[in-house]
Amino acid sequence: MHYLANPARFQRIMTAIRPWAGGIALVCLIAGFGWGLLFSPPDYQQSETVRIMYLHVPSAWMGMFIYAGMAVASAVALIWRHPVAELAAKASAPAGAAFTLVCLITGALWGQPMWGTWWVWDARLTSMLILFFIYLGYMALWEAFDDPSRAGRAAAILALVGAVNLPIIKFSVDWWNTLHQPASVLTMEGPKIHPDILWPLLLVAVGFKAYYIWLLALRVRAEILERQARMLRFAAASDGQPG
Amino acid sequence: MSAFWAIVQRDLRINLGAQGAALTTILFFVLAISLFPLGVGPEPQLLARISAGVIWVAALLAAQLSLDRLFQADHEDGTLDLLARAPLPLTLTIAAKLLAHWLGTGLPLALIAPLLAIMLQMDSAALPALLLALLLGTPSLSLIGGIGAALTLGARRGAVLVPLLTLPLLIPVLIFGVGAVEAAATGLSASPHLLLLGAFLALALVLSPFAAAAAVKLALE
Repeated sequence: MHYLANPARFQRIMTAIRPWAGGIALVCLIAGFGWGLLFSPPDYQQSETVRIMYLHVPSAWMGMFIYAGMAVASAVALIWRHPVAELAAKASAPAGAAFTLVCLITGALWGQPMWGTWWVWDARLTSMLILFFIYLGYMALWEAFDDPSRAGRAAAILALVGAVNLPIIKFSVDWWNTLHQPASVLTMEGPKIHPDILWPLLLVAVGFKAYYIWLLALRVRAEILERQARMLRFAAASDGQPG
Repeated sequence: MSAFWAIVQRDLRINLGAQGAALTTILFFVLAISLFPLGVGPEPQLLARISAGVIWVAALLAAQLSLDRLFQADHEDGTLDLLARAPLPLTLTIAAKLLAHWLGTGLPLALIAPLLAIMLQMDSAALPALLLALLLGTPSLSLIGGIGAALTLGARRGAVLVPLLTLPLLIPVLIFGVGAVEAAATGLSASPHLLLLGAFLALALVLSPFAAAAAVKLALE
């Protein structure tokens, strides 16, 4: 934990990981999308429309996974005043929001031919929409302060409050209304879908995870450099002052 | 404990006084609700169908109005610094301020809501459920809202930011609050919804003063 708290050491590790993460992402995404979009069988009910799922489902997983990662990073940042964890949480939010948005848009594109409507106020759609709003609120809070250390800790508290509340929101929305199909991959009896569909799905999911790590490495590096630039600007400004 | 009640009294006095937001909040609540019949039409069946949702959404929005001033005024004139140095733990100070906020806004909203519900043609069997649900739900609005208000203390555009942060977190209150009223209107028992509202309140009561106090401490550093 503390080993990673040194931004320079963290940067070295992330620079070493980055090409690997990028490579794995590229290979998995090409293989997964190629298999899923070109070679997997069409569904007997949904025909070709089912292929939207190869983008939709992994995006939904990532939307939730990144929030969980953000909440853990925020807890680490608050408890140990871990500077890099704070930046990792900040760098994760736009990625999480983007995946959530992709999930919502692809869901709407699939819903139009299948359910006959772009949007229904179903439990899963609604809870993804709320997750998207929570990401936006988190990013807005980061932008609302001039002092980055104040912004970082306020945002970390918000991420943790959201993490406590998200399961409650999820269950309350589930009881409220449900139309979306129930989970079919992570069930107690094992996956309920055919391997020809499951494998490309998992490949895309792994590809997205690797892409996220690649993106995180890049964004955290940018954040660290930006903070250094800020410090240098302050130092230059105070050197210019007499006394 | 006398310090706790002194803070409640002081905040309540400010809240109900000429500069306070209590009266404005209630006026907003009444006005927002009376816009709906003008917007959707005066048919009694339609109004009865949407009355629970309209009242709850209006209550959620009205509670947001006064939130940005909850700590801001005390922060600007330095009162908050003194309160933070007082022997009373900051968590309790915050809890006292949140209680005063609820007494000044949430409680009057809940008490006036049955009257507005009658104007919206709500089934009279549902009125006790509405009152109980609002009495259990509005404290959660103040508690969760207090976290948002504390987090945005000293932020740019704090007033716009608070609803953006807190409204998504308050969705369970809306769902169970409306659920209680609709269950009572259709002759079912409202108690499951009321119990869930109570559970949410219990959780918020335990967690929110700590989170808000941590956020206020940040602002005072």
